Amino acid sequence: MRINCPVCGERDRREFYYKGAAVALERPAPDAGEAAWDAYVHLRENPAGETRELWYHESGCNGWLVVTRNTVSHEISGVALASEARS
Amino acid sequence: MVELVAKTPCAGLLPVSVGDLRLEECEMLPMSVIMPYAGKAEAVGTALQKAHGLALPSVNKAEIDGETSVLWFGQGQFLLRGAAPDAGLSDLAAVTEQSDAWAVVRLSGAKAVDVLARLVPVDMRLSAFPEKSTVRTDLMHMMASITRLGHDSFQIMVFRSMAQTLVHDLKGAMEAVGARG
Repeated sequence: MRINCPVCGERDRREFYYKGAAVALERPAPDAGEAAWDAYVHLRENPAGETRELWYHESGCNGWLVVTRNTVSHEISGVALASEARS
Repeated sequence: MVELVAKTPCAGLLPVSVGDLRLEECEMLPMSVIMPYAGKAEAVGTALQKAHGLALPSVNKAEIDGETSVLWFGQGQFLLRGAAPDAGLSDLAAVTEQSDAWAVVRLSGAKAVDVLARLVPVDMRLSAFPEKSTVRTDLMHMMASITRLGHDSFQIMVFRSMAQTLVHDLKGAMEAVGARG
């Protein structure tokens, strides 16, 4: 498996550290209420299909990446720097 | 009074030769990491050029002039080696002294590229990785910085604490490549 780092170029998976679903980019406001915070802290989707996740280019440029990956085919359809992916 | 003796990271470990492959420790030179503040990269480049005669390299590239070099060293990070950083740089960038933090070795020989192919998940062949190219990548399980110095010569850096593992892994790969003749 290879990931196309927006900074370094295409690199082997072993250079990266897997963090999990990219929910950390959508942190609720402090007063968003219990339901929003409960979902943010505890609830995760487990999709058969496309998912957005965070990977860390640990041995490369040290960039945090948002990788869009299909959990069924393992196809990677998008990679962006987390600093730029946050809307 | 105890007399303290400074040791280089690979003291007692190098040089090592296998056939025409040679692994040696590079001279201890001042090293600092320069991290330009937001929006200051261009100004850092100008200051670096003025003070040290080297431009700020683009991603995966190195600027080398004799003993002095500037390596791309990660996102927004550059390593200046071979010169103490000009004082003016601290106004434009976070500058950290790292002279003792890294083991720096040079691997040379016609088959140096085959040695690296056994350890590094990046294409190091001349066609893909010409002179003055540099990468941050893995060497075995260690985070490394690898730079092509010449046709058959590479500079390899890992954290100083891993010097012995670096030499062990490189020596093993050198012997394996050497055994194939």
